[in-house]
Amino acid sequence: MFRKPMFLAATTLASCLLLGAANAADPLSVMSFGGAYQDAQRKAVFSAYAEETGRAVSEQEYGGEIAKIKAMIDSGNTTIDVVDVDAPTLLQGCDEGIFETIDWEKIGPKSEWLAGTTSDCGVGTIVYATVLSYDEDKLEKAPTKLADLFDLATFPGKRGLWKNPATNLEFALLADGVPSQDVYATLATPDGLDRAFAKLDTIKDQIVWWEAGAQAPQLLASGEVTMTTAWNGRIFNANKEGRNFGIVWDNQILDSNYWVIPKGAKDVEGSLAFIRFAVEPKVLAGIAKYIPYGPVRSTAAAEVAPEDARNLPTSPANLTTSLTLDNAFWADHGDEIRKRFTTWLSN
Amino acid sequence: MTQTLSLTSSASAPNLRAALRRAERPGRLGALALALPALLFLIVTFAAPIGLFLTTAVRNPEVRDTLPQTAAALAGWDGDGPAAPGEAAFAALLADLTRAKEDNTAAALGKRLNYESAGMRSRIMSVVRHLGNFKDGALAPQFAALDPVWASPDLWAIIKRNAAPVTPYYLLTAVDLQQDASGAITRVAEDQAVFLGILGRTLWIAGLVTGATLLLGFPTAYVISLAPARIAGFMLLMVLLPLWTSLLVRTTAWVVLLQTDGVINQVLLALGLTTEKLQLMLTRFGTVTAMTHIQLPFTILPIFSVMKSIPEGQMRAARSLGAPPFFAFWRVYAPQTLPGVTAGCLMTFILSLGYYITPALVGGPRDQMLSNFIATYINRDLNWGMAAALAGLLLVMTLSIYLLFLRLVGAERIKLG
Repeated sequence: MFRKPMFLAATTLASCLLLGAANAADPLSVMSFGGAYQDAQRKAVFSAYAEETGRAVSEQEYGGEIAKIKAMIDSGNTTIDVVDVDAPTLLQGCDEGIFETIDWEKIGPKSEWLAGTTSDCGVGTIVYATVLSYDEDKLEKAPTKLADLFDLATFPGKRGLWKNPATNLEFALLADGVPSQDVYATLATPDGLDRAFAKLDTIKDQIVWWEAGAQAPQLLASGEVTMTTAWNGRIFNANKEGRNFGIVWDNQILDSNYWVIPKGAKDVEGSLAFIRFAVEPKVLAGIAKYIPYGPVRSTAAAEVAPEDARNLPTSPANLTTSLTLDNAFWADHGDEIRKRFTTWLSN
Repeated sequence: MTQTLSLTSSASAPNLRAALRRAERPGRLGALALALPALLFLIVTFAAPIGLFLTTAVRNPEVRDTLPQTAAALAGWDGDGPAAPGEAAFAALLADLTRAKEDNTAAALGKRLNYESAGMRSRIMSVVRHLGNFKDGALAPQFAALDPVWASPDLWAIIKRNAAPVTPYYLLTAVDLQQDASGAITRVAEDQAVFLGILGRTLWIAGLVTGATLLLGFPTAYVISLAPARIAGFMLLMVLLPLWTSLLVRTTAWVVLLQTDGVINQVLLALGLTTEKLQLMLTRFGTVTAMTHIQLPFTILPIFSVMKSIPEGQMRAARSLGAPPFFAFWRVYAPQTLPGVTAGCLMTFILSLGYYITPALVGGPRDQMLSNFIATYINRDLNWGMAAALAGLLLVMTLSIYLLFLRLVGAERIKLG
């Protein structure tokens, strides 16, 4: 009876003191995708940021739903300072004006970023890739280039492909000899589209379609396919669990995540300072220690430890022939091409 | 006798009928009042939302709400001509898009116009991003500098056409038709013609499943109806048991059975019936098999309950009058089961038309049914207009099959029990 009010008074006093301190530097609220990815960010970025600046990072998680960001902005109370978004979300959010404009002067020279990973609304952070993968334990002769995906004579057997026109049409053109920089210009023409489908036709009977990212390594593990396209993180994880899957670092298709500041964020300057810190070469390179996502910044790639670098889609040795996924192209032409893809699948 | 009857009916029958109706009215109203809560519940939670959703198949608010000045400026422009509209239209578009940028409605507009012509999204957005850089003077060349397409009339014709509050676009697309620049309705290009094929496939799969359940279900129902009460009860329980398990669980169970390393392949290999593993998953065969299993109770139960009501003595009577067993069954028994067969088949067929999860998990790309495409449009593409149009197509299909059945068979001949 007597001790309770005392305790209450003490905690109130303590929290008042804490609040006073917090006013000087409110924790920065950062939202990302959770899971292994956010764990890596915490170890490499968030804790280093708190240590360096004395400002704590309060973490939120989400599943990448743009609706969640929009709802927060519409409510007029933007409580989150910085959000990690994927490329289609960046594009849509930028179109809809729900992100603050980035002042690149305060971030760094754009020229250091991979082509296509700088935006008015977001700063590219990490890159993952859709790659060609195979089981080294099962194949006597390993594929060495993307074109081997279409070479049924040398590499007989089924092929795993993502059930989506995106990436497959690009792969088809690349394997058919179209240089990376011309892929989307070619796809935008009717002849180019025909050419891509014609190339896919050559292996159509042998394709096993996968839909969820986890299916691709399963197809390899069960021996159902000779080789498959897959997301590089999935192959990395399978190898951590004892598999011996190889990745063909040729014509991989890159896609990236971005840091954005939601409209109405309380402390835009602070948010920008956080982003600047998060994409500093040393800090950004640290993520690769925990997850095989490469830094988008060329100066950061040099900082990655060599044993991690061989798993990254962006390390210079792996990057020679890559293609960056053009999300704007798919936003414009996706409807039409998906319909054609559907009819192609059912014929 | 006949005379008196006809006399009374001609003179006092209307009065009598009216009186009878008056007398019955309170009872009828009472019955209606009792059913009212259920009726209201149905309207509020079922009919109204579906009706509202279906209107999104024709609603076309984007251009009208976002580009009101442009629509007005284009009203007097001849969309069929070879020239783009004059400066007034460009100025109006610029003013509209400036407001759209403030209201953040430009993205929705771009998305809507992109359905009509691929690339419209980025054209609209590039104008929006460029808004601050437009200079005084002629606007048409400045637009053309952003994208030469602005100088052609086609793009303006699309805007003009979509200023109307309703659009046939989604409904036409759902049946593989399109409206060309002049407004005439034509077939879409062959590689864009998706939905009629899928509708045909949906009907075909539903038909296959209905046929298979009848083939398996009719003998089963016959055996149960002849079995002694206790065994029949047990058999009926066996038929009902799967119904008490979630659809998803039953479908996943089929995945376990059908997959390449699954139970069926292992048994076949062990028995030496095949030398290599068969592809059962992701095939039409797998889809129809799994759907048949799931639908079987729906076909069996109405047939069984009708069979129970057929007096056993009739078959004996037919036999004693000299009919051979099959003849007695075919001419005396089978026709009487028709109401149950019709009801069971109708129910299975209609339920099969709407299948979603089973084809998605067990079927390959060639086995996806209309519902899968509706789901994609709702969840991934956020194109609710298209989803509503396809849902409407499926609803119309289902209702017309139901009405056709009623017409062919007669309502009184469909019996659920």
